[in-house]
Amino acid sequence: MSLAAATTSAPVARRGIDPRWLSSSFLTLILVIGQWRFQILGDSYLPWLVALSSALLTEIVLHRLHAGGFPNLLSAYISGNSVGILLKPSGGLIWPFAVCAAIAITSKYVLRYRKRHLWNPTNFSVCVMLLVASGQVSMLSHQWGNDPWMVAVIWSVGLLTVYRAKVLQITLGYLVSFAFFAWLRTFVNHHPLGAELGPVTGPMYQLFMFFMVTDPRTIVRGKAKQVGVVFVVALAECVIRLLCDFDVLPAGNPLCAAPPMFALFVVGPIFLYAQLAREPAR
Amino acid sequence: MPPPLLLRAAVTASFVALIGYAWWAGRATGGGAPAPDGREFGFQLRECSKERGIDFVHHAPRLDEKLANIMPHVAGMGAAVSVCDFDGDGWADLYATNSDFGHANALYRNRGDGTFEDVAASAGVADVNVEGRGVSMGSIWADFDGDGDQDCFLYKWGLPQLFRNEGNGTFQDVAKEAGVARWMNSNGACWIDYDRDGRLDLYVTGYFREEIDLWHLQTTMIMQASFEFARNGGHNYLYRNLGDGRFEDVTERTGTDSTRWTLAVAAADLNGDGWQDLYLANDYGPEEYFENQGGERFVRREGVGLEESSKSGMSVALGDFENVGRLGVYVTNISKSGYLFQGNNLRINRLADRGWLQNVAEGTVADCGWAWGAQFGDLDNDGRQDLYVVNGFVSASQDRDYWYGMSKIAGAAGELAEDARQWPPMEDRSLSGYECSRVLVNQGHGRFVDAAGSVGANDLFDGRAVAFADFRHCGALDVAIANQKGPLLLYANEVAADRGWIAFALAGTRSNRSAVGATVTLHAGGARQSQTVLAGSGFCAQNDLVLHFGLGSARPEKAVVRWPSGVEQTVESPRERGIVRLEEPRE
Repeated sequence: MSLAAATTSAPVARRGIDPRWLSSSFLTLILVIGQWRFQILGDSYLPWLVALSSALLTEIVLHRLHAGGFPNLLSAYISGNSVGILLKPSGGLIWPFAVCAAIAITSKYVLRYRKRHLWNPTNFSVCVMLLVASGQVSMLSHQWGNDPWMVAVIWSVGLLTVYRAKVLQITLGYLVSFAFFAWLRTFVNHHPLGAELGPVTGPMYQLFMFFMVTDPRTIVRGKAKQVGVVFVVALAECVIRLLCDFDVLPAGNPLCAAPPMFALFVVGPIFLYAQLAREPAR
Repeated sequence: MPPPLLLRAAVTASFVALIGYAWWAGRATGGGAPAPDGREFGFQLRECSKERGIDFVHHAPRLDEKLANIMPHVAGMGAAVSVCDFDGDGWADLYATNSDFGHANALYRNRGDGTFEDVAASAGVADVNVEGRGVSMGSIWADFDGDGDQDCFLYKWGLPQLFRNEGNGTFQDVAKEAGVARWMNSNGACWIDYDRDGRLDLYVTGYFREEIDLWHLQTTMIMQASFEFARNGGHNYLYRNLGDGRFEDVTERTGTDSTRWTLAVAAADLNGDGWQDLYLANDYGPEEYFENQGGERFVRREGVGLEESSKSGMSVALGDFENVGRLGVYVTNISKSGYLFQGNNLRINRLADRGWLQNVAEGTVADCGWAWGAQFGDLDNDGRQDLYVVNGFVSASQDRDYWYGMSKIAGAAGELAEDARQWPPMEDRSLSGYECSRVLVNQGHGRFVDAAGSVGANDLFDGRAVAFADFRHCGALDVAIANQKGPLLLYANEVAADRGWIAFALAGTRSNRSAVGATVTLHAGGARQSQTVLAGSGFCAQNDLVLHFGLGSARPEKAVVRWPSGVEQTVESPRERGIVRLEEPRE
């Protein structure tokens, strides 16, 4: 299998549907409804267009260089859109969208082990941006209007999508783990349970639970193992959150701005690497 | 096709280069006290409050203990400063508010040389922060009764007060008789003659809902229902001046209500039709533009470019920053590295010809930290409107920060954010504390440069309100700053002597006596610049009603005054380096 083929080959969901079709359709739905109802892209379409274009262009160029031909662009489409939604840079800046999307796609071709990329591209790139460019970049951290209908639509379609993509156990596993650790944290930090549970109801977590942690290319194989991994992701997130609660991480530390992202950033590749390492070389 | 190894090396190098670029371009800017950078801007600011006789310190409200977990957040407002001339001697005075029971407001009378004495107690405007009646949040000054002296409307979390100037250095609270003594949790107001009857009407904004007594809470469900599109704030009210000392609530009739947590309002004719409009900055929501339709009613205009960027509007400054004869709009918002970049909005005004406002803010204009009050004014007398932005929310611990705590609530759905009990405790954490003001010098063509470090604006207090006036009649705008739980600062401005200036003091006859809403367009050096008399702008602030224009090296050719009545008056070759006093033609 060629390197490029490895980056674009499609895991097959039930009835042969590439799950990325479901994900990209769902993401498009979020974009359309969110922009229509709450202008989630802000006052200009340009940043989103730049992110999307950068992702698609980088994918096309790198694929042609490595394997020739025209790539399947679903993955790049998802990455570009996710960057366009998640990234919230300082006023008027466009370059973060272009750079972040390009880093996302390029990471698939660089950070590899046994012909698999180890990081979810968007997860990797937004974490890198927060780590190296937090002076000019922030991540989606607020509501989309706090509209119950919007929330209901996203959760309903999101759950249906991950079910059809055969990764429902990952989303639910993470959700239950998060709630468990949120409850545990209240005994340590004595914060209201609502405050600890609150984040998971927000848009950033919706994108995280439905698109990132369930990425078919960067999850381990085996349902039980997948649930185990997201349990560890939630545990790592809990540790980050406690470090932030007790000011162990200094004020302004990027990890506190996006705990689940960094938890996945650290935990996901370790487990994937371990699983790949145990497999016989092909 | 290049060999695989070379290809991999090239792709890896590109990958590293991308991350390197992100690191280089993404470094933080601003924050902390900036050092002088050696640039010359033609003016210097020097803090001089003590030597000028100002020793005012603001005290924050102490609210119901049910809010103890987030008290610094909820009680984070109240420091306000307004420029007035209450004794009518032609020298700008200052009124500063306090916000805790038992702590007095201060009325600093200008002795006629730029030094001050506090006469609030003898004037009867000091002891206004009283249990059961609420605490001060800000004031606006203008002659509402047409007797020739400036009166004061004091908006509060509590019962507002309307102080009628008795003309003898004392004031009488006539709010009840006037019909405006309605309990509100207000952080903004402005005087406006919306129907052009020559009498000043009053627009008052609500923040927390008016049924809430913040000292005796029945519920902790008092916060915003949404961080972006909240509509559960207090009502706004428009009061029409009946001319006999009474005001009539015409809010419903004129369509001027909003419950969007309004923090600031300014009134001016923004679409050039001769009628004063209202522009609102709303916390937790988009800005609102209420277009005045012939003095009968207002229409909240949709589709003018405001709905697309829901933010946390904190103040409204109006200024012709392009020198095109149109008032642009600057609304401050919140930015915090890593967490939130809402960005301030600097809007080009094309309402008159194209029907929209366009946000052109970027860079330092957009990111001023947790920005509060802002004002336009020509600080360097170069003929262009600069911006002064004060900022910083809660300065407490240097090491502990509440942004993470707040982020738990900020993204949450449902009623979590609305319930103050659900917020994590702030304890002694800062929230965007120790930020330095921005002095954004207009370089022309919509480009601004932050000169704070170079011109001496380096305090790190939690600024709320900023107001300008030439307190010494020396041809330079001094800067007064009210800081939350901090001192009232006065920055004396020393401008290069070769830069000319001119000021206009207007008195209405057919229009309201304070000439609120009048616009002066000054033609000088082939360019034109416009300013409008505003009684209430920025955040909890008011600039001097005297309009100050910088000239650079140009000579003033003519000034055109458009009075609120519609009368136009032209003054040919007005004398520069002085105050031109104009009375509206009676015929």
